[in-house]
Amino acid sequence: MTTLPDTTTRKLGLVIDLDTCVGCHACVIACKGWNTENYGAPLSDEDPYGAAPSGTFLNRVHSYEVTPDAGAAQLVHFPKSCLHCDNAPCVTVCPTGASYKRVEDGIVLVNESDCIGCGLCAWACPYGAREMDAAEGVMKKCTLCVDRIHNENLPEEDRVPACVRTCPAGARHFGDLGDPTSAVSLLVKERGGMDLMPEQGTKPVNKYLPPRPRDRLDEVDVLAPLLAPVADEPGGFLGWLDRALERL
Amino acid sequence: MHPAPSVIIFTTLSGAGFGLLFWLGLGLPAVSGWVALAFYALACGLAGGGLMASTFHLGHPERAWKALRQWRSSWLSREGVCSVAALLVMAVHGAGLVFFDTRLAVLGWLGAALALGTVFTTSMIYAQLTSVPRWRTPLTPALFLGVALGGGALLAGQVTAAMVLLALAALVQVAWWRRGDVALATSGSDLASATGLGRIGAVRSFAPPHTGTNYLLREMVHEVGRKHAARLRVIALALGYALPVVLLALPFSHALAALAVLAHLAGIAAARWLFFAEAEHVVGLYYGRR
Repeated sequence: MTTLPDTTTRKLGLVIDLDTCVGCHACVIACKGWNTENYGAPLSDEDPYGAAPSGTFLNRVHSYEVTPDAGAAQLVHFPKSCLHCDNAPCVTVCPTGASYKRVEDGIVLVNESDCIGCGLCAWACPYGAREMDAAEGVMKKCTLCVDRIHNENLPEEDRVPACVRTCPAGARHFGDLGDPTSAVSLLVKERGGMDLMPEQGTKPVNKYLPPRPRDRLDEVDVLAPLLAPVADEPGGFLGWLDRALERL
Repeated sequence: MHPAPSVIIFTTLSGAGFGLLFWLGLGLPAVSGWVALAFYALACGLAGGGLMASTFHLGHPERAWKALRQWRSSWLSREGVCSVAALLVMAVHGAGLVFFDTRLAVLGWLGAALALGTVFTTSMIYAQLTSVPRWRTPLTPALFLGVALGGGALLAGQVTAAMVLLALAALVQVAWWRRGDVALATSGSDLASATGLGRIGAVRSFAPPHTGTNYLLREMVHEVGRKHAARLRVIALALGYALPVVLLALPFSHALAALAVLAHLAGIAAARWLFFAEAEHVVGLYYGRR
Protein backbone atom coordinates (compact mmCIF):
# COMPACT_ATOMS: atom_id res chain seq x y z
CA MET A 1 0.00 0.00 0.00
CA THR A 2 1.35 3.40 -0.86
CA THR A 3 -0.82 5.29 1.60
CA LEU A 4 1.28 6.61 4.47
CA PRO A 5 0.84 5.26 8.01
CA ASP A 6 -0.86 7.74 10.37
CA THR A 7 1.89 7.28 12.92
CA THR A 8 5.00 5.15 13.18
CA THR A 9 6.10 3.39 16.35
CA ARG A 10 9.59 4.82 16.06
CA LYS A 11 11.11 7.47 13.83
CA LEU A 12 14.58 6.24 13.03
CA GLY A 13 16.66 8.82 11.27
CA LEU A 14 19.86 10.82 11.07
CA VAL A 15 20.99 14.04 12.63
CA ILE A 16 23.70 15.73 10.57
CA ASP A 17 25.94 18.30 12.19
CA LEU A 18 26.85 20.96 9.62
CA ASP A 19 29.22 22.51 12.16
CA THR A 20 31.33 19.38 12.38
CA CYS A 21 31.22 17.94 8.86
CA VAL A 22 34.61 18.37 7.19
CA GLY A 23 33.43 17.42 3.70
CA CYS A 24 35.64 14.34 3.35
CA HIS A 25 32.95 12.30 1.48
CA ALA A 26 33.80 9.17 3.51
CA CYS A 27 30.06 8.70 4.19
CA VAL A 28 29.42 8.74 0.43
CA ILE A 29 31.94 5.98 -0.15
CA ALA A 30 30.88 3.90 2.88
CA CYS A 31 27.26 4.13 1.71
CA LYS A 32 28.10 3.15 -1.84
CA GLY A 33 30.24 0.26 -0.62
CA TRP A 34 27.71 -1.22 1.79
CA ASN A 35 24.70 -0.76 -0.44
CA THR A 36 26.43 -2.18 -3.49
CA GLU A 37 27.43 -5.37 -1.70
CA ASN A 38 24.32 -5.98 0.40
CA TYR A 39 20.53 -5.48 0.23
CA GLY A 40 18.95 -4.91 -3.19
CA ALA A 41 20.35 -4.23 -6.62
CA PRO A 42 23.95 -2.93 -6.61
CA LEU A 43 24.58 0.78 -7.14
CA SER A 44 25.94 0.77 -10.67
CA ASP A 45 28.40 3.08 -12.39
CA GLU A 46 28.31 3.93 -16.07
CA ASP A 47 31.54 4.64 -17.88
CA PRO A 48 33.44 4.76 -14.55
CA TYR A 49 36.90 5.01 -16.14
CA GLY A 50 35.83 6.83 -19.31
CA ALA A 51 35.29 10.43 -20.30
CA ALA A 52 31.84 10.85 -18.73
CA PRO A 53 31.60 8.85 -15.50
CA SER A 54 28.21 8.74 -13.80
CA GLY A 55 26.74 6.51 -11.14
CA THR A 56 24.06 5.86 -8.57
CA PHE A 57 24.66 7.22 -5.06
CA LEU A 58 22.29 7.35 -2.09
CA ASN A 59 24.23 10.04 -0.27
CA ARG A 60 25.99 13.07 -1.75
CA VAL A 61 27.93 15.92 -0.14
CA HIS A 62 27.39 19.45 -1.45
CA SER A 63 29.54 22.41 -0.38
CA TYR A 64 28.08 25.88 0.12
CA GLU A 65 29.59 29.27 0.72
CA VAL A 66 27.61 31.35 3.22
CA THR A 67 28.34 35.07 3.44
CA PRO A 68 26.89 36.86 6.46
CA ASP A 69 26.02 40.57 6.39
CA ALA A 70 29.18 41.32 8.36
CA GLY A 71 32.26 39.16 8.70
CA ALA A 72 33.98 36.55 6.62
CA ALA A 73 32.30 34.01 4.37
CA GLN A 74 32.28 30.44 5.63
CA LEU A 75 32.24 27.11 3.86
CA VAL A 76 29.59 24.58 4.89
CA HIS A 77 29.79 20.96 3.77
CA PHE A 78 26.33 19.55 3.35
CA PRO A 79 25.68 15.78 3.18
CA LYS A 80 22.27 14.99 1.69
CA SER A 81 20.40 11.69 1.62
CA CYS A 82 16.81 10.50 2.14
CA LEU A 83 15.18 12.34 5.06
CA HIS A 84 12.61 9.53 5.66
CA CYS A 85 9.82 12.13 5.73
CA ASP A 86 6.69 11.60 7.82
CA ASN A 87 4.67 13.03 4.95
CA ALA A 88 6.74 11.41 2.19
CA PRO A 89 5.43 12.55 -1.23
CA CYS A 90 7.51 9.85 -2.93
CA VAL A 91 5.42 7.10 -1.31
CA THR A 92 1.92 8.27 -2.18
CA VAL A 93 2.69 8.85 -5.88
CA CYS A 94 3.91 5.26 -6.41
CA PRO A 95 1.46 3.44 -8.72
CA THR A 96 2.54 -0.10 -7.81
CA GLY A 97 2.94 -0.05 -4.04
CA ALA A 98 6.71 -0.60 -4.38
CA SER A 99 7.42 2.47 -2.23
CA TYR A 100 6.31 2.31 1.36
CA LYS A 101 6.98 3.73 4.82
CA ARG A 102 7.39 1.18 7.59
CA VAL A 103 5.08 1.45 10.58
CA GLU A 104 7.59 -0.10 12.98
CA ASP A 105 10.48 2.32 12.45
CA GLY A 106 9.40 4.93 9.89
CA ILE A 107 11.99 3.94 7.28
CA VAL A 108 10.97 4.66 3.66
CA LEU A 109 11.88 1.72 1.43
CA VAL A 110 11.44 0.45 -2.13
CA ASN A 111 10.40 -3.11 -2.89
CA GLU A 112 12.56 -3.53 -5.98
CA SER A 113 10.62 -6.49 -7.39
CA ASP A 114 7.50 -4.29 -7.63
CA CYS A 115 9.25 -1.16 -8.96
CA ILE A 116 8.46 -0.48 -12.64
CA GLY A 117 11.08 2.27 -12.87
CA CYS A 118 8.63 5.05 -13.82
CA GLY A 119 10.65 7.63 -11.89
CA LEU A 120 7.62 9.51 -10.53
CA CYS A 121 8.81 9.12 -6.90
CA ALA A 122 12.10 10.81 -7.79
CA TRP A 123 10.10 13.67 -9.33
CA ALA A 124 7.98 13.95 -6.19
CA CYS A 125 11.00 14.18 -3.85
CA PRO A 126 12.11 17.82 -3.45
CA TYR A 127 15.50 16.75 -2.05
CA GLY A 128 16.81 14.57 -4.87
CA ALA A 129 17.07 11.63 -2.50
CA ARG A 130 16.06 9.00 -5.04
CA GLU A 131 18.09 7.94 -8.04
CA MET A 132 17.10 5.49 -10.75
CA ASP A 133 19.77 2.85 -11.29
CA ALA A 134 20.67 2.92 -14.98
CA ALA A 135 21.71 -0.75 -15.04
CA GLU A 136 18.82 -2.25 -13.06
CA GLY A 137 16.02 0.13 -14.07
CA VAL A 138 14.70 0.34 -10.50
CA MET A 139 14.62 3.22 -8.04
CA LYS A 140 17.36 3.29 -5.39
CA LYS A 141 17.27 5.24 -2.16
CA CYS A 142 18.77 5.31 1.32
CA THR A 143 17.49 2.36 3.36
CA LEU A 144 18.98 3.77 6.56
CA CYS A 145 21.07 0.58 6.24
CA VAL A 146 18.05 -1.46 7.29
CA ASP A 147 20.22 -4.56 6.84
CA ARG A 148 22.76 -3.26 9.41
CA ILE A 149 20.73 -1.54 12.11
CA HIS A 150 18.56 -4.58 12.92
CA ASN A 151 21.25 -7.16 12.06
CA GLU A 152 22.16 -9.28 15.07
CA ASN A 153 24.96 -10.99 13.16
CA LEU A 154 26.94 -7.76 13.38
CA PRO A 155 28.78 -6.55 16.50
CA GLU A 156 26.62 -4.04 18.33
CA GLU A 157 28.79 -1.03 17.45
CA ASP A 158 28.24 -1.79 13.76
CA ARG A 159 24.43 -1.73 14.02
CA VAL A 160 24.24 1.83 12.72
CA PRO A 161 24.09 3.09 9.12
CA ALA A 162 27.38 2.75 7.24
CA CYS A 163 27.66 6.53 6.85
CA VAL A 164 27.38 7.06 10.60
CA ARG A 165 29.82 4.25 11.39
CA THR A 166 32.47 5.64 9.08
CA CYS A 167 32.22 9.40 9.74
CA PRO A 168 35.66 10.38 11.11
CA ALA A 169 34.40 13.75 12.38
CA GLY A 170 31.42 12.46 14.34
CA ALA A 171 29.15 14.67 12.28
CA ARG A 172 26.45 12.03 11.75
CA HIS A 173 24.18 10.72 14.49
CA PHE A 174 21.62 7.92 14.27
CA GLY A 175 18.66 7.28 16.57
CA ASP A 176 14.95 7.47 17.27
CA LEU A 177 13.73 11.02 16.61
CA GLY A 178 10.23 10.04 17.74
CA ASP A 179 11.49 9.54 21.32
CA PRO A 180 11.96 12.99 22.92
CA THR A 181 14.44 11.54 25.44
CA SER A 182 16.76 9.89 22.89
CA ALA A 183 20.29 11.25 22.45
CA VAL A 184 19.51 12.49 18.93
CA SER A 185 16.32 14.26 20.05
CA LEU A 186 18.20 16.00 22.88
CA LEU A 187 20.94 17.00 20.42
CA VAL A 188 18.35 18.47 18.04
CA LYS A 189 16.76 20.39 20.90
CA GLU A 190 20.05 21.72 22.21
CA ARG A 191 21.47 22.78 18.86
CA GLY A 192 18.29 24.04 17.17
CA GLY A 193 18.06 21.23 14.62
CA MET A 194 16.20 22.24 11.47
CA ASP A 195 14.16 20.80 8.60
CA LEU A 196 15.18 21.24 4.97
CA MET A 197 12.57 23.03 2.82
CA PRO A 198 9.84 22.97 5.50
CA GLU A 199 7.59 24.86 3.06
CA GLN A 200 7.30 21.70 0.97
CA GLY A 201 5.25 20.11 3.74
CA THR A 202 7.19 16.85 3.75
CA LYS A 203 7.87 16.80 7.53
CA PRO A 204 11.34 15.28 7.31
CA VAL A 205 12.51 13.00 10.14
CA ASN A 206 16.22 13.71 9.55
CA LYS A 207 17.40 16.95 11.10
CA TYR A 208 20.33 19.26 10.33
CA LEU A 209 22.26 21.08 13.04
CA PRO A 210 23.20 24.57 11.82
CA PRO A 211 26.82 25.74 12.04
CA ARG A 212 27.48 27.44 15.39
CA PRO A 213 28.45 31.14 15.37
CA ARG A 214 32.17 31.61 14.76
CA ASP A 215 34.41 33.06 17.50
CA ARG A 216 34.71 36.82 17.22
CA LEU A 217 38.16 38.39 17.15
CA ASP A 218 36.96 41.94 17.85
CA GLU A 219 39.20 42.16 20.94
CA VAL A 220 42.42 40.17 20.88
CA ASP A 221 43.40 41.01 24.43
CA VAL A 222 42.33 43.53 27.06
CA LEU A 223 45.91 44.85 27.13
CA ALA A 224 46.12 45.24 23.35
CA PRO A 225 45.26 48.98 23.29
CA LEU A 226 48.16 49.62 25.71
CA LEU A 227 50.76 47.94 23.53
CA ALA A 228 53.02 49.94 21.24
CA PRO A 229 51.49 50.20 17.76
CA VAL A 230 52.89 47.85 15.19
CA ALA A 231 55.00 49.70 12.66
CA ASP A 232 52.99 50.04 9.46
CA GLU A 233 55.83 51.65 7.52
CA PRO A 234 58.01 49.09 5.78
CA GLY A 235 61.66 49.11 6.80
CA GLY A 236 64.92 47.81 5.31
CA PHE A 237 65.12 47.16 1.57
CA LEU A 238 61.33 47.36 1.12
CA GLY A 239 61.35 50.67 2.99
CA TRP A 240 64.07 52.06 0.71
CA LEU A 241 62.18 50.79 -2.37
CA ASP A 242 58.97 52.36 -1.09
CA ARG A 243 60.66 55.74 -0.56
CA ALA A 244 62.53 55.55 -3.84
CA LEU A 245 59.38 54.82 -5.82
CA GLU A 246 57.49 57.60 -4.08
CA ARG A 247 60.21 60.11 -4.99
CA LEU A 248 59.89 59.31 -8.68
CA MET B 1 12.44 18.47 -16.23
CA HIS B 2 13.75 16.20 -18.94
CA PRO B 3 11.48 16.43 -22.01
CA ALA B 4 11.46 12.68 -22.76
CA PRO B 5 10.11 12.04 -26.29
CA SER B 6 8.04 9.10 -25.02
CA VAL B 7 6.13 11.29 -22.56
CA ILE B 8 5.67 14.15 -25.05
CA ILE B 9 4.32 11.72 -27.68
CA PHE B 10 2.12 10.07 -25.06
CA THR B 11 0.49 13.21 -23.67
CA THR B 12 0.01 14.74 -27.15
CA LEU B 13 -1.43 11.72 -28.96
CA SER B 14 -3.42 10.16 -26.14
CA GLY B 15 -4.80 13.57 -25.16
CA ALA B 16 -6.20 13.96 -28.67
CA GLY B 17 -7.31 10.29 -28.74
CA PHE B 18 -9.20 10.45 -25.44
CA GLY B 19 -10.65 13.82 -26.52
CA LEU B 20 -12.01 12.16 -29.67
CA LEU B 21 -13.36 9.23 -27.60
CA PHE B 22 -15.22 11.78 -25.44
CA TRP B 23 -17.07 13.20 -28.45
CA LEU B 24 -17.70 9.74 -29.93
CA GLY B 25 -19.15 8.63 -26.59
CA LEU B 26 -21.61 11.53 -26.77
CA GLY B 27 -22.63 10.39 -30.26
CA LEU B 28 -21.02 13.38 -31.96
CA PRO B 29 -20.74 12.73 -34.83
CA ALA B 30 -23.48 10.06 -35.04
CA VAL B 31 -21.63 7.46 -37.10
CA SER B 32 -22.09 3.76 -37.82
CA GLY B 33 -20.60 1.02 -40.00
CA TRP B 34 -17.37 1.72 -41.85
CA VAL B 35 -17.27 5.40 -40.92
CA ALA B 36 -17.60 4.45 -37.23
CA LEU B 37 -14.83 1.90 -37.66
CA ALA B 38 -12.52 4.59 -39.06
CA PHE B 39 -13.31 7.02 -36.21
CA TYR B 40 -12.92 4.40 -33.48
CA ALA B 41 -9.73 2.99 -34.99
CA LEU B 42 -8.25 6.50 -35.08
CA ALA B 43 -9.33 7.30 -31.52
CA CYS B 44 -8.19 4.00 -30.01
CA GLY B 45 -4.98 4.12 -32.08
CA LEU B 46 -4.08 7.58 -30.77
CA ALA B 47 -5.11 6.85 -27.18
CA GLY B 48 -3.69 3.30 -27.06
CA GLY B 49 -0.58 4.20 -29.07
CA GLY B 50 0.13 7.05 -26.70
CA LEU B 51 -0.23 4.72 -23.74
CA MET B 52 2.18 2.25 -25.35
CA ALA B 53 4.69 5.07 -25.93
CA SER B 54 4.49 6.00 -22.26
CA THR B 55 5.69 2.54 -21.23
CA PHE B 56 8.91 3.01 -23.27
CA HIS B 57 10.48 5.13 -20.54
CA LEU B 58 9.83 2.57 -17.79
CA GLY B 59 12.77 0.70 -16.31
CA HIS B 60 10.66 -2.48 -16.24
CA PRO B 61 7.81 -2.29 -18.81
CA GLU B 62 6.97 -5.98 -18.19
CA ARG B 63 5.73 -5.04 -14.72
CA ALA B 64 3.55 -2.17 -15.98
CA TRP B 65 0.35 -4.06 -15.03
CA LYS B 66 1.31 -3.64 -11.38
CA ALA B 67 0.66 0.09 -11.79
CA LEU B 68 -3.10 -0.58 -11.75
CA ARG B 69 -2.99 -1.53 -8.05
CA GLN B 70 -2.62 1.72 -6.07
CA TRP B 71 -5.56 3.75 -7.39
CA ARG B 72 -6.52 4.71 -3.82
CA SER B 73 -3.45 6.90 -3.39
CA SER B 74 -1.63 7.36 -6.72
CA TRP B 75 -2.73 9.59 -9.62
CA LEU B 76 -0.52 7.58 -11.98
CA SER B 77 -2.33 4.41 -10.96
CA ARG B 78 -5.72 6.13 -11.37
CA GLU B 79 -4.65 7.18 -14.86
CA GLY B 80 -3.86 3.56 -15.71
CA VAL B 81 -7.20 2.31 -14.40
CA CYS B 82 -9.18 5.11 -16.11
CA SER B 83 -7.46 4.63 -19.45
CA VAL B 84 -7.97 0.85 -19.55
CA ALA B 85 -11.62 1.25 -18.49
CA ALA B 86 -12.23 4.01 -21.06
CA LEU B 87 -10.70 1.95 -23.88
CA LEU B 88 -12.68 -1.19 -22.93
CA VAL B 89 -16.02 0.62 -22.58
CA MET B 90 -15.53 2.58 -25.78
CA ALA B 91 -14.46 -0.57 -27.64
CA VAL B 92 -17.82 -2.17 -26.74
CA HIS B 93 -19.64 1.06 -27.65
CA GLY B 94 -17.80 1.21 -30.96
CA ALA B 95 -18.45 -2.47 -31.71
CA GLY B 96 -22.19 -1.82 -31.29
CA LEU B 97 -22.03 0.99 -33.85
CA VAL B 98 -19.75 -0.77 -36.32
CA PHE B 99 -21.26 -4.26 -36.34
CA PHE B 100 -24.87 -3.85 -35.15
CA ASP B 101 -25.65 -0.24 -36.09
CA THR B 102 -26.80 0.19 -32.48
CA ARG B 103 -25.81 3.04 -30.19
CA LEU B 104 -25.59 1.99 -26.53
CA ALA B 105 -26.09 5.54 -25.26
CA VAL B 106 -25.48 4.93 -21.54
CA LEU B 107 -22.28 3.05 -22.32
CA GLY B 108 -21.26 5.95 -24.55
CA TRP B 109 -21.77 8.49 -21.76
CA LEU B 110 -19.84 6.30 -19.33
CA GLY B 111 -17.02 5.98 -21.89
CA ALA B 112 -17.01 9.77 -22.45
CA ALA B 113 -16.71 10.35 -18.69
CA LEU B 114 -13.90 7.81 -18.40
CA ALA B 115 -12.07 9.38 -21.37
CA LEU B 116 -12.20 12.81 -19.76
CA GLY B 117 -11.26 11.20 -16.44
CA THR B 118 -8.14 9.77 -18.08
CA VAL B 119 -7.05 13.21 -19.28
CA PHE B 120 -7.77 14.68 -15.85
CA THR B 121 -5.79 11.98 -14.01
CA THR B 122 -2.88 12.47 -16.44
CA SER B 123 -2.84 16.19 -15.65
CA MET B 124 -3.01 15.52 -11.90
CA ILE B 125 0.18 13.43 -12.06
CA TYR B 126 1.92 16.75 -12.80
CA ALA B 127 -0.36 19.14 -10.88
CA GLN B 128 0.13 17.20 -7.61
CA LEU B 129 3.91 17.76 -7.46
CA THR B 130 4.86 20.45 -4.94
CA SER B 131 8.45 19.87 -6.02
CA VAL B 132 7.73 21.39 -9.47
CA PRO B 133 6.09 24.77 -8.75
CA ARG B 134 5.33 25.49 -12.42
CA TRP B 135 3.03 22.44 -12.59
CA ARG B 136 1.35 22.76 -9.22
CA THR B 137 -1.77 24.72 -10.17
CA PRO B 138 -5.42 23.99 -11.07
CA LEU B 139 -4.55 25.58 -14.43
CA THR B 140 -2.66 22.39 -15.34
CA PRO B 141 -5.78 20.15 -15.40
CA ALA B 142 -7.69 23.02 -17.05
CA LEU B 143 -5.05 23.18 -19.79
CA PHE B 144 -4.94 19.41 -20.40
CA LEU B 145 -8.75 19.14 -20.45
CA GLY B 146 -9.10 22.20 -22.71
CA VAL B 147 -6.57 20.89 -25.21
CA ALA B 148 -8.08 17.37 -25.20
CA LEU B 149 -11.66 18.65 -25.63
CA GLY B 150 -10.64 21.12 -28.37
CA GLY B 151 -8.39 18.65 -30.18
CA GLY B 152 -11.03 15.92 -29.82
CA ALA B 153 -13.70 18.19 -31.29
CA LEU B 154 -11.33 18.98 -34.16
CA LEU B 155 -10.85 15.26 -34.87
CA ALA B 156 -14.57 14.58 -34.45
CA GLY B 157 -15.46 17.27 -37.00
CA GLN B 158 -17.36 19.36 -34.47
CA VAL B 159 -16.41 22.62 -36.15
CA THR B 160 -18.10 25.17 -33.89
CA ALA B 161 -17.17 23.38 -30.66
CA ALA B 162 -13.57 23.00 -31.85
CA MET B 163 -13.22 26.71 -32.66
CA VAL B 164 -14.64 27.80 -29.30
CA LEU B 165 -12.77 25.21 -27.23
CA LEU B 166 -9.42 25.78 -28.96
CA ALA B 167 -9.73 29.53 -28.43
CA LEU B 168 -10.49 28.94 -24.74
CA ALA B 169 -7.62 26.46 -24.45
CA ALA B 170 -5.28 29.06 -25.97
CA LEU B 171 -6.30 31.54 -23.26
CA VAL B 172 -5.63 28.93 -20.54
CA GLN B 173 -2.29 28.14 -22.19
CA VAL B 174 -1.20 31.80 -22.07
CA ALA B 175 -2.41 32.13 -18.45
CA TRP B 176 -0.54 28.93 -17.57
CA TRP B 177 2.70 30.27 -19.09
CA ARG B 178 2.36 33.65 -17.36
CA ARG B 179 1.80 32.05 -13.95
CA GLY B 180 4.51 29.48 -14.58
CA ASP B 181 7.18 32.09 -15.25
CA VAL B 182 6.98 33.34 -11.64
CA ALA B 183 5.98 30.04 -10.01
CA LEU B 184 9.41 29.05 -8.70
CA ALA B 185 10.20 32.54 -7.40
CA THR B 186 6.89 32.70 -5.50
CA SER B 187 6.97 29.10 -4.26
CA GLY B 188 8.94 29.95 -1.11
CA SER B 189 11.64 27.42 -1.96
CA ASP B 190 15.12 28.73 -2.64
CA LEU B 191 18.70 27.76 -1.81
CA ALA B 192 18.31 29.42 1.61
CA SER B 193 15.34 27.21 2.59
CA ALA B 194 16.79 24.15 0.83
CA THR B 195 19.95 24.27 2.94
CA GLY B 196 18.51 26.01 6.03
CA LEU B 197 21.61 28.22 5.88
CA GLY B 198 19.74 31.37 4.84
CA ARG B 199 19.51 32.50 8.45
CA ILE B 200 23.31 32.91 8.53
CA GLY B 201 23.76 34.81 5.30
CA ALA B 202 23.66 34.64 1.52
CA VAL B 203 24.11 31.05 0.31
CA ARG B 204 25.97 30.11 -2.86
CA SER B 205 26.75 26.68 -4.26
CA PHE B 206 30.52 26.42 -3.87
CA ALA B 207 31.20 22.90 -5.14
CA PRO B 208 28.81 20.24 -6.44
CA PRO B 209 28.96 16.76 -4.88
CA HIS B 210 30.19 15.16 -8.09
CA THR B 211 32.33 16.30 -11.00
CA GLY B 212 30.24 14.57 -13.68
CA THR B 213 26.53 14.53 -14.23
CA ASN B 214 24.02 12.23 -12.57
CA TYR B 215 20.42 10.98 -12.73
CA LEU B 216 19.08 14.00 -10.85
CA LEU B 217 20.64 16.52 -13.23
CA ARG B 218 19.74 14.56 -16.35
CA GLU B 219 16.15 14.00 -15.26
CA MET B 220 15.23 17.14 -13.36
CA VAL B 221 17.62 19.99 -14.18
CA HIS B 222 17.27 20.16 -17.96
CA GLU B 223 18.30 23.73 -18.69
CA VAL B 224 19.35 23.15 -22.30
CA GLY B 225 15.79 22.48 -23.47
CA ARG B 226 14.74 26.04 -22.60
CA LYS B 227 17.02 27.68 -25.15
CA HIS B 228 14.31 28.43 -27.73
CA ALA B 229 11.43 28.80 -25.28
CA ALA B 230 10.12 32.14 -26.55
CA ARG B 231 10.19 31.00 -30.18
CA LEU B 232 8.57 27.65 -29.34
CA ARG B 233 5.74 29.41 -27.49
CA VAL B 234 4.90 31.39 -30.62
CA ILE B 235 5.06 28.21 -32.73
CA ALA B 236 2.85 26.34 -30.22
CA LEU B 237 0.24 29.11 -30.15
CA ALA B 238 0.23 29.53 -33.93
CA LEU B 239 0.17 25.86 -34.94
CA GLY B 240 -1.67 24.36 -32.00
CA TYR B 241 -4.47 26.86 -31.57
CA ALA B 242 -4.61 29.74 -34.09
CA LEU B 243 -4.06 27.96 -37.41
CA PRO B 244 -6.68 25.20 -36.75
CA VAL B 245 -9.29 27.85 -35.86
CA VAL B 246 -8.50 29.82 -39.03
CA LEU B 247 -8.62 26.67 -41.18
CA LEU B 248 -11.96 25.65 -39.64
CA ALA B 249 -13.37 29.10 -40.39
CA LEU B 250 -12.66 28.58 -44.12
CA PRO B 251 -15.21 26.66 -46.29
CA PHE B 252 -14.96 22.99 -45.26
CA SER B 253 -12.73 20.57 -47.14
CA HIS B 254 -11.18 17.32 -45.97
CA ALA B 255 -7.71 18.51 -46.96
CA LEU B 256 -7.98 21.66 -44.84
CA ALA B 257 -9.40 19.65 -41.91
CA ALA B 258 -6.49 17.20 -42.12
CA LEU B 259 -4.07 20.13 -42.22
CA ALA B 260 -5.78 21.62 -39.15
CA VAL B 261 -5.38 18.33 -37.27
CA LEU B 262 -1.69 18.01 -38.20
CA ALA B 263 -0.99 21.64 -37.27
CA HIS B 264 -2.80 21.17 -33.95
CA LEU B 265 -0.84 18.02 -33.03
CA ALA B 266 2.49 19.64 -34.00
CA GLY B 267 1.68 22.78 -31.98
CA ILE B 268 0.58 20.79 -28.93
CA ALA B 269 3.76 18.68 -29.16
CA ALA B 270 5.79 21.93 -29.06
CA ALA B 271 3.76 23.13 -26.07
CA ARG B 272 4.34 19.80 -24.30
CA TRP B 273 8.08 20.02 -24.95
CA LEU B 274 8.01 23.35 -23.12
CA PHE B 275 5.74 21.89 -20.43
CA PHE B 276 8.62 19.62 -19.43
CA ALA B 277 11.70 21.57 -20.53
CA GLU B 278 10.69 24.79 -18.77
CA ALA B 279 9.54 23.11 -15.54
CA GLU B 280 12.00 23.73 -12.73
CA HIS B 281 12.36 21.03 -10.07
CA VAL B 282 13.41 22.39 -6.68
CA VAL B 283 16.25 19.84 -6.47
CA GLY B 284 18.06 22.10 -8.97
CA LEU B 285 18.38 24.65 -6.15
CA TYR B 286 20.83 22.35 -4.35
CA TYR B 287 23.06 22.58 -7.42
CA GLY B 288 22.64 26.34 -7.73
CA ARG B 289 20.71 25.75 -10.93
CA ARG B 290 17.10 25.84 -12.05
